[in-house]
Amino acid sequence: MALFQIAEPGESAAPHEHKLAIGIDLGTTNSLVATVRSGIAICLSDEHGRPLLPSVVRYHADNSTEVGYDAQTKQAVDPRNTIISVKRFMGRGLKDISHVESMPYDFIEAPGMVKVKTIAGIKSPVEVSAEILKSLKGRAEAALGGDLVGAVITVPAYFDDAQRQATKDAARLAGLNVLRLLNEPTAAAIAYGLDNAAEGVYAVYDLGGGTFDISILKLTKGVFEVMSTGGDSALGGDDFDHRILCWVIEQAKPQPLSPEDGRLLMMRCREAKEFLTNNAEAPLTARLSTGEMIDLKLDVATFAEITQTLISKTLQPVKKALRDAGLRAEDIKGVVMVGGATRMPQIQKAVGDFFRQEPLTNLDPDKVVALGAATQANLLVGNKTGKDDWLLLDVIPLSLGLETMGGLTEKVIPRNSTIPTARAQEFTTFKDGQTAMTIHVVQGERELVSDCRSLASFELRGIPPMVAGAARIRVTFQVDADGLLSVAAREQTTGVEASVTVKPSYGLSDDEIAGMLKDSMEHAKDDAINRALKEAIVEAQRMIEATEAAMKEDPHLLNEAETAKIKETIAKLAETMQGDNRRLINIAMDDLGYETQAFAHRRMDQSIKKVLSGRKVDDIKMGEEA
Amino acid sequence: MDFRADHFTLFGLDRAFRLDLSDLDSRYRDIQAQVHPDRFANAGEAERRLSMQWATHANEAYLTLKKPLERAKYLLHLDGHDIQAESNTAMPGDFLMEQMEWREAVMDARNGGDHHELEHLHNRLRGDINARYQELAELLDDTGSLTLATDRVRRLMFLEKLLHEIDDALASLEE
Repeated sequence: MALFQIAEPGESAAPHEHKLAIGIDLGTTNSLVATVRSGIAICLSDEHGRPLLPSVVRYHADNSTEVGYDAQTKQAVDPRNTIISVKRFMGRGLKDISHVESMPYDFIEAPGMVKVKTIAGIKSPVEVSAEILKSLKGRAEAALGGDLVGAVITVPAYFDDAQRQATKDAARLAGLNVLRLLNEPTAAAIAYGLDNAAEGVYAVYDLGGGTFDISILKLTKGVFEVMSTGGDSALGGDDFDHRILCWVIEQAKPQPLSPEDGRLLMMRCREAKEFLTNNAEAPLTARLSTGEMIDLKLDVATFAEITQTLISKTLQPVKKALRDAGLRAEDIKGVVMVGGATRMPQIQKAVGDFFRQEPLTNLDPDKVVALGAATQANLLVGNKTGKDDWLLLDVIPLSLGLETMGGLTEKVIPRNSTIPTARAQEFTTFKDGQTAMTIHVVQGERELVSDCRSLASFELRGIPPMVAGAARIRVTFQVDADGLLSVAAREQTTGVEASVTVKPSYGLSDDEIAGMLKDSMEHAKDDAINRALKEAIVEAQRMIEATEAAMKEDPHLLNEAETAKIKETIAKLAETMQGDNRRLINIAMDDLGYETQAFAHRRMDQSIKKVLSGRKVDDIKMGEEA
Repeated sequence: MDFRADHFTLFGLDRAFRLDLSDLDSRYRDIQAQVHPDRFANAGEAERRLSMQWATHANEAYLTLKKPLERAKYLLHLDGHDIQAESNTAMPGDFLMEQMEWREAVMDARNGGDHHELEHLHNRLRGDINARYQELAELLDDTGSLTLATDRVRRLMFLEKLLHEIDDALASLEE
């Protein structure tokens, strides 16, 4: 826990060693982990030298798992227990998922998020994703040879609150300290922008395995500013495979497919798609379990024709994002292509035609997101030298609002607002003597609540009885830098405070996470208690170092008594660290946090004042605490 | 420096309607470079919360000063002139007549799918709005006629809303 580590450009706050931080691209089809080594971002490969980890998890009856290539090769053998493209299920109910009929899973509808029944029991998409993250975490720890300080995990820019929360939960479950959820196109822009010293307005067209994002960014010296974003969180390369599958069924008219045959054909379709990137015609053959033989040839022109509607589906959000940014296609200086699916020639052509310029394809579309995430992670843990420092300003993709009378949506925070952001709205009672009010939080652009995504519903009780319209209920939305929402409501006329803060209902509670962690640890025969103690000691050490560095840097911001008190609290904390009681360490850390709060405020004030005084403004007051 | 300081003070600017937007941009970025949560990603919870509050505050202040209508409303609010947008909807008859005519023209163009006409209306209205902001700058910065400025701001609220509707109509035609 560090105090404010604010340094003048070019000078570091304290001498520090290189901290181990990673960036993870948790993709629909493939996932990657990257880190910054000697100033250069690199993807970490597995023991066979492969950087990609197929996002496939196979469960066995003893609750053990296979992840990646091993699982991928079994998918046609054991489709029910081999989960692919789990990202499509994150934060989603059954009705939100397309092509359910062609999936082999035993789905279970659960509140907020669908689950899958496997041979190892019922698994939520959060747990399946955590297996992928654990595998990448293990790879990173082995390669870097130490404990990770934290990770940046990327999410599609168009992910809503439920999908983001689910991703963060998965990372916690995998035992990762999440430094930030970073939007995938933004991560790509960081990698591209820093590599090419790009300046100007750029579009990032990111078509992944299961999601599509478009982001418009303004790159100026040291600042990455997202102007607008748009997309479709259920459109990706998978859908192109599915179109080919439909075409195959239409052409070959096989008998109804078993799950195994379905998966086999889908694999053949994907191979055909990839083959067409560099060839004019792809063979598509398969022997089904019924003895039927599929033997077709798919040519480029047919492929382009059957996927035409998917491509135009990506161009609608592109137009909308441009409009939201107040720009036209010709204002865009470059179009960065991200995601394996952008290798398809018909996509490059359509994007080139739309922007009237050749899209930029000089980056590896599979790796660029992970590399950008690693670069950002490196910055966030403070491994920077003076010159590589930048500011990232991102936005929320979808408007946040409340249900009002008649099932209508009242927008509280509009889409493309720069985060973090907060907005308060006042509401009143509808009936005389009304003492409770239901607050229904939704996300989306449509006018009717039923057309938006329901995030949370909670009841504000204890409103003092008044005539209709007299109560003033202030509902505050706060969106943090991860794009995650929290809501608080409070009646304010009478001083009787009825306040509640909700985390939208689909998020796992801390207890649930703790339970899952315990289960997984028991399975892994890991010593959960020891691990937690070790983590607390590392955290306490970090906090002491940061506090001491801050005191060395700004001794003038503390009086003698305060300095003495902080030193005393540090000594107490150091003492608890010698023991093995995690609770005592946590209490001592809280104490130090409390004792250094005013100091933190003063340092923040000082840094803001420095910005202003650099501009020769003399009438800035200081000293009062926020 | 605290949350109670007004937005102009936060950015070290003179309290005025006329504003150099690129200067505001660079001041905003300098502040965010200090307070943004990315600077505290690995810090303790109290520090992370404080940073989020400051960054949120800076975003809100920036948004208020960046948009001329919001900036004008904010200046009037600082001087104790509230717009009373909801409780005071009375507008002069001739202004309302003019508004009705505008709305009819927009509706006709939209229903007729007349992209060209909508663009023409957009440009005309944009010009009108810009001229009104010039006038507002004089009322706020030069003559200090705040009551008159309040009236002008209320008119501009109608016009900005109308412009928004034209843009929505244009957008729906493009889809």
